[in-house]
Amino acid sequence: MHEMITTVLWTLAKILIVVLPLFGAVAYLTFFERKVIGYMQGRIGPNRVGPKGLLQPIADVVKMFFKEVIIPTTANRYLFLLAPIITLAPALAAWAVIPFSSDWVISNINAGVLYVLAITSLGVYGIIIAGWASNSKYAFLGALRSSAQIISYEIAMGFALVGVLMAAGSLNLNEIIKAQQGGILHWYWLPLLPLFVVHWISAVAETNRAPFDLAEGESEIVAGFHVEYAGIGFGLFFLAEYANMILMAFLAAIFYLGGWLSPFQGIPFLEDWFAFVPGIVWLFLKASFFIFLYLWLRATFPRYRYDQLMRLGWKVFIPVTIVWIVVLAVMIKFNIGPWFV
Amino acid sequence: MKHWIKSFTLWELLKGMSVTLRYFFAPKVTVQYPEQKTPKSPRFRGLHALRRYPNGEERCIACKLCEAVCPALAITIDSEEREDGTRRTTRYDIDLFKCVYCGLCEEACPVDSIVLTRTDDFYMDARGQQVINKNQLLALGDKNEAQIAADRAADAKYR
Repeated sequence: MHEMITTVLWTLAKILIVVLPLFGAVAYLTFFERKVIGYMQGRIGPNRVGPKGLLQPIADVVKMFFKEVIIPTTANRYLFLLAPIITLAPALAAWAVIPFSSDWVISNINAGVLYVLAITSLGVYGIIIAGWASNSKYAFLGALRSSAQIISYEIAMGFALVGVLMAAGSLNLNEIIKAQQGGILHWYWLPLLPLFVVHWISAVAETNRAPFDLAEGESEIVAGFHVEYAGIGFGLFFLAEYANMILMAFLAAIFYLGGWLSPFQGIPFLEDWFAFVPGIVWLFLKASFFIFLYLWLRATFPRYRYDQLMRLGWKVFIPVTIVWIVVLAVMIKFNIGPWFV
Repeated sequence: MKHWIKSFTLWELLKGMSVTLRYFFAPKVTVQYPEQKTPKSPRFRGLHALRRYPNGEERCIACKLCEAVCPALAITIDSEEREDGTRRTTRYDIDLFKCVYCGLCEEACPVDSIVLTRTDDFYMDARGQQVINKNQLLALGDKNEAQIAADRAADAKYR
């Protein structure tokens, strides 16, 4: 009994250690996003609140908290309030299996990849419920678009991950990282390059980010599924979206850039000089690169049209991944190439 | 075939991203408004002012040409004879909401009294304050005289 309580408390503590910094990261990601996009458009971004504008996200959060929560009269009250929570919960739950270093992981389960895929797919229910419960045309259209999009890109993403599983021979995220050992050229981004590209673009599409943000499409359907949300309800959707972005960045770093492995592995001298750097630093650097990529893409590309989006998912990505999985299978089976010997 | 290679290497996407990355490091064009301001032409037509001669005498002789030329009927002038026998305004009101800042009053003025200054950031915080009277206009002229004179001098050869 006593042991059980300590286990529960210890797990709770670990969850807090992951989730609280995540909230901070989300707040500062919004700031970073506005800065980066501003810089790419020749502006300087927010710089008025606090030194260099660093308190801007705090001000935004406070504003969000003090805004009125508005529930439309024709909305389904319970589902309307439940939807943001359903969206947020999976975005946080998926962090349970992310290995921050070789032994820092909340739950080191063997079906880690399956767990991640299953949990991240649940987020779409929150979006559908939000769109339906709002009882508004725009919200409904946004929810339909968003769910169709997430479902179609999930397939391409799943196929891309099949490639990773074949190469690593494991569903455990830590095992996948260990299978990439041996320096920057052994990470899966190179042997699985097409899958890596497909995976990343699908990840952008799945998190409903630009240029695939037509679930929000402010020029056509105002804000999509969360058009009726105000105050903290909207804040939770926002939080979920950015938490998902960070999650996808970490997953991409784990699957294709060797997670917490040092990039200098196998290079004489450099390897020893950087041996003191803990793995978590490498993981964070790699994830930061992907997060920057998210913002970079948003600053660069215009929004897809809906049929183009569907065409890309079904008629380009899925065939590409299937072809490369076959190539990969042949390479593994017959021990071809520098990687699979 | 060429098209296929181009689209599968994401050539155009990478090109676009290189453009945004260049701009990421490029110098920024933002002007941080209250601290920094963009340069203004000497011909800028902002808030009005009434000028004085260097000896302190007001220039305006109440000829009412500005009142007559004003297309928006923003100017109201009353005049009377002063003790020394000159004609002077007793009232010189400009309604800033009616004014269209066309500058015709300044062009009509034979003594360079009414002018439009560079001031473009002014405000009213109560109803009725948009009508500014003679004293306020003269005060504006006194405050900005150096700038006003410099602007007229810079533009003189084109008039």
